Amino acid sequence: MNSFGEGSPGRGQAGRDLVARPMDVVPLEVPPEAPQGETLLEVEALTKHFPAHSGLFKPKQLVKAVDGVSFTVTAGETLGLVGESGCGKTTTGRLLVRLIEPTSGRIVFDGRDITHLRPGQMRPLRRDIQMIFQDPYSSLNPRHTVGAIVGAPFRIQKISTEGGVKKSVQELLELVGLSPEHYNRYPHEFSGGQRQRIGIARTLALKPKLIIADEPVSALDVSIQAQVINLLEDLQDTLGLTYLVIAHDLSVVRHISDRVAVMYLGKIAELGPRKSLYETPMHPYTVALMSAVPIPGPASTKRPKRIRLEGDVPSPLDPPPACPFHTRCWKAQDVCRQIEPPLRELRPGHRVACHFPENAPGDGAAVAGTG
Amino acid sequence: MTAPFLQVKDLQVSFPTDDGLVRSVNDVSFGVARGETLGIVGESGSGKSVTSLAIMGLLKGAKRSGEIWLDGISLLDASSEEVRKLRGRKMAMIFQDPLSAMHPFYSVGQQIIEAYRIHHRVTKAVARKHAIDMLNRVGIPRPDKRVDDYPHQFSGGMRQRAMIAMALSCDPELLIADEPTTALDVTVQAQILDLIRDLQRDFNTAVILITHDLGVVSELSDNILVMYAGRAAEYASAEDLFTAPEHPYTWGLLGSMPRLDAEPTDRLLQIKGTPPSMINVPAGCAFHPRCPYADLASRTLVPPLTEVAPGHRVACHIPVEERRRIWQHDIRPAVEGGR
Repeated sequence: MNSFGEGSPGRGQAGRDLVARPMDVVPLEVPPEAPQGETLLEVEALTKHFPAHSGLFKPKQLVKAVDGVSFTVTAGETLGLVGESGCGKTTTGRLLVRLIEPTSGRIVFDGRDITHLRPGQMRPLRRDIQMIFQDPYSSLNPRHTVGAIVGAPFRIQKISTEGGVKKSVQELLELVGLSPEHYNRYPHEFSGGQRQRIGIARTLALKPKLIIADEPVSALDVSIQAQVINLLEDLQDTLGLTYLVIAHDLSVVRHISDRVAVMYLGKIAELGPRKSLYETPMHPYTVALMSAVPIPGPASTKRPKRIRLEGDVPSPLDPPPACPFHTRCWKAQDVCRQIEPPLRELRPGHRVACHFPENAPGDGAAVAGTG
Repeated sequence: MTAPFLQVKDLQVSFPTDDGLVRSVNDVSFGVARGETLGIVGESGSGKSVTSLAIMGLLKGAKRSGEIWLDGISLLDASSEEVRKLRGRKMAMIFQDPLSAMHPFYSVGQQIIEAYRIHHRVTKAVARKHAIDMLNRVGIPRPDKRVDDYPHQFSGGMRQRAMIAMALSCDPELLIADEPTTALDVTVQAQILDLIRDLQRDFNTAVILITHDLGVVSELSDNILVMYAGRAAEYASAEDLFTAPEHPYTWGLLGSMPRLDAEPTDRLLQIKGTPPSMINVPAGCAFHPRCPYADLASRTLVPPLTEVAPGHRVACHIPVEERRRIWQHDIRPAVEGGR
């Protein structure tokens, strides 16, 4: 799988651009100045296997956290990565910022293969790829002032700004809805939502091209969640940012994403434009996942028929062969236990890894050629 | 009309701290009948968990006043010994985090057996059979084997099931579930909510479901109590709360949640500011610093909880007609979006 590295990266290959522009569903919130349609990030067959030490005499096992994930992120868009705990979505995010080393696969950022860059080579790129973390309590150093936290990127990258770092930091604080007077305060003086804003200000300091947000709102109260979601969207509009949002909450992902990828056991089960994926989900797992989300409303609310998935997600130590979902899938047949379904494009820009997809265009026709 | 199975009247809970008396719960009243579910919704610090712990008698160092009646017994007047006898048998609780609510050194079975034998004079073998039955009842596969497993050998969803089995092992008549699904994935959450619903139907249990998630609460609840800063903001049937909410905080909660059943709107209807610290609760209506409709009265007087329709009570100074107009014209279209 390591053989991708040579040659120029295949940016913008014909037919690979997943933003389905003819479908008029995507570019709603893309600001006009953003370079539309240009691939910013390309991930190919990304894999991360962690060794698991199960015992002295037992054979060494591998946790297949991420197992051959491919997708692209277009400049100016938001890609949502959604899945349940253990599906590999956070590992994927960490691989992309190179916090951990991939086992195999390829990451191309802005036309450059960054898969095997050394830490020193990676450092200049950290200006362009930034991360927002889930827990605003553990991701800010309690002994540093807000000024020091938000100003750190400038110092680390040795960047001097017009009017000095302090002025830039205060501008950033205003940008995320905090007051410039907060400069000399410490994180413990702030609420969870305000801390998340501090983290976002730090993320924005060096005007990154790509922001990876790992569960940016799940630790916050409901009313604060809405504030941070609105802030992220406003910032995208004004600064032309590109987001990869990792979250378990399907409603949040639907609200902020242009395109959505659903992960299950280290693999992408389905990937498509938001509208297409939420209105006509094709992977049975996606269908079940959506039917499980409780919808607020009176008893008379129209709710989709709930599909009860039996049991738990299998262990990534020993994932089921072929289609990883076949152990819990009500449509599973022999072929699902024998042949891994490829990720096929069944609607414009909408791909699914299933032998028997739901809502497939032309119904049964899609099954042909898999047997 | 006879009093419901659980009746809470003007409950106040306060904690003495170095920074002064913290009034976590103020004048909260509600009733839950057998077979009925009350949902309590609120953000962190709203007093929803303290209310449930006060009913269970699990608050150390807290001052409680008001009345709590469980099946004709006054819980605030009962001795701790008497309340202990009620816990488990009359009332039981499910916590958010099963890993910290279970003892890591004892097997799941031992913990259920212990709880059962406190209330029933039976041999260990009989109690063990009962534990296996309960695990089977909550959908644990191969319960005769898993009964000897330790909590860490269970997955998150199975641990939550085991805790439900433990809570229900003595057929409690009141079950308090405090954020029972918050730590779980949606598919597992759906399983657990179905389980609580099935068990409630079978045993005719009174249930209090505490959560911050309006979606979860609407799945199970007959009535919903919305709490803010230790007080009841709104109390209504689930039907009324979602079709005709009257408190601006309830509107804010509804508007803050992105929904799966509506076309995404450009912006969520956010509530400005943050929930108040209970050490320093705003004067008047505690919600007034965050409320776009606040007036002089809201800043100075605590609004009384007033009945606006049968079974629908709201604590807000805005005149009723005005509130209904705002909901119909400004809030509802934004909340319901393209539905």
